[in-house]
Amino acid sequence: MSDAPEPHRDIDAHSGVETTGHEWDGLKELNNPAPRWWLIVWMLTIVWAIGYWVVYPSWPTLSGHTKGIAGWTQYDKLKHEQAEITQRQSGWLGKFHKASFAEIKQDPVLFEFARAGGEVVFKENCAACHGAGGEGRRGYPNLNDDDWLFGGTAEDIYNTINVGSHSTHPNTHAVAMPAFGAVMGREGMLTPAQIDDVATYVSYLRQPVASAAFTRGQAVFQQNCVSCHGEGGIGNRQMGAPRLNDAIWLYGGDKATLVQTITKGRAGVMPSWQSRMSDDSRRQVAIYVHSLGGGE
Amino acid sequence: MLEKHKKLERNSMLLLIFTVIAVSIGGIIEILPLFRMQTTIEPVKGVRPYTPLELMGQEIYIREGCNTCHSQQIRPLRDEQQRYGHYSLAAESMYDHPFVWGSKRTGPDLARVGGKYSDEWHVAHLKNPRAVVPESIMPSYAFLAEKPYGDWRIKKRLKVLQSLGVPYTQAMIDEAQNDYEAQANPNALIDPSGLQERYGDKVAVRDFDGNPDEITEMDALIAYLQKLGTDVDFSTYDPDYALKPKTGAAK
Repeated sequence: MSDAPEPHRDIDAHSGVETTGHEWDGLKELNNPAPRWWLIVWMLTIVWAIGYWVVYPSWPTLSGHTKGIAGWTQYDKLKHEQAEITQRQSGWLGKFHKASFAEIKQDPVLFEFARAGGEVVFKENCAACHGAGGEGRRGYPNLNDDDWLFGGTAEDIYNTINVGSHSTHPNTHAVAMPAFGAVMGREGMLTPAQIDDVATYVSYLRQPVASAAFTRGQAVFQQNCVSCHGEGGIGNRQMGAPRLNDAIWLYGGDKATLVQTITKGRAGVMPSWQSRMSDDSRRQVAIYVHSLGGGE
Repeated sequence: MLEKHKKLERNSMLLLIFTVIAVSIGGIIEILPLFRMQTTIEPVKGVRPYTPLELMGQEIYIREGCNTCHSQQIRPLRDEQQRYGHYSLAAESMYDHPFVWGSKRTGPDLARVGGKYSDEWHVAHLKNPRAVVPESIMPSYAFLAEKPYGDWRIKKRLKVLQSLGVPYTQAMIDEAQNDYEAQANPNALIDPSGLQERYGDKVAVRDFDGNPDEITEMDALIAYLQKLGTDVDFSTYDPDYALKPKTGAAK
């Protein structure tokens, strides 16, 4: 580079401001300095940032990060917020915590507190399977009726919520409906004809009719099914074996579905909620479900 | 100072040099801490690498772009904790390459979806989300149940992850194909005890998609979903553990 001459200073004729010397099709760029107020605000933000670094956690270091003199952490903030809400609820929650299900039912205000809390928990955790109103769907029991697999008292419901069905909980409800047909190359406990008969029998349990298939099915039922489903299909809550002589079906009461159920077996899964939510929440849901209509 | 700036702007070589210096400072400050990333991961018990089947599930999760609508990161906020469970720990996603934290919740957060629903529910939901969640706008993924697993080059994937720092052992890599089949097909001849020996007893071994005849992508995805957020036992988790003086055994 040769010695540069003194840069040419170009003053704009209209405003009297120096231009940058750049020109585009006759348009020139004025070289106005940044306004003073802007400059001051900019410098203040730098000062603010330095203050922030001192007070709050900010800079990464080789062994973690600077903690800041305020000792603020997100986790502490969460802890305080949680403590505040627990404190606010403690009046009701404390009472609820100590009361038995029977006592809660006696106290209309406490009951409403529990039911409302349970409804919120239900919507988030249970509705995906049991439906928003507990109406259930194929494979997932309706919670509004009085047909309970594992018992319909608040205590029973609470227990089922805790342990689940075929879940990972050590005390889970775990009796499965076995596959009576031939599955995976294994010989079936019943022949297809026997399954057909017993399906006929079960589908007519509600209104027995005299037919050869019904009688044959009855014999099969007596030998293979009564131990769980009980005499005449009244069900067994110890086993979680559904009642079969009513019009309420978990998977379907038509013959094709019954044949499928008997052939391949069933083992509906409900997760255990014991480690997923607090005991108070589980008790509240139990009360909510109990209040839906079928509670015993 | 501002007058000197003029000089910089009018000399391209000088401008280039100073630009490089300024950008490097920013870059160094952002990049250097990444080399010390282990200092940001709290020590917790229970986090294990994905099994081959779960890993393939994550692969499908990414392929289908699940992470664009579902986050996997419960923030330490009271309402999130109320809905989704304990806030996510850095350690819980330390074996994710790439991580799938996501940044948008069109659907719910999935960081702790493992164990929340049954396998059957997942199958029904993935096939037709409206069948179980009427207000859902999630698309159907019914085709996953039709797609048998192809040539996933599982061993190679494990090896790559090992090179990225995931503690896969040589046995895990050697047995990857077996472990993959053992986890989703408990009725087959493959004994899953080796899988559980390598990855822990908590590994779920079952037919996830309700179709025992073949291993489908549905199996893999559900195995992955059912594992999410289940590693750490929060009844024994001590958040202040990292701040306490460490004993020799802690690592």
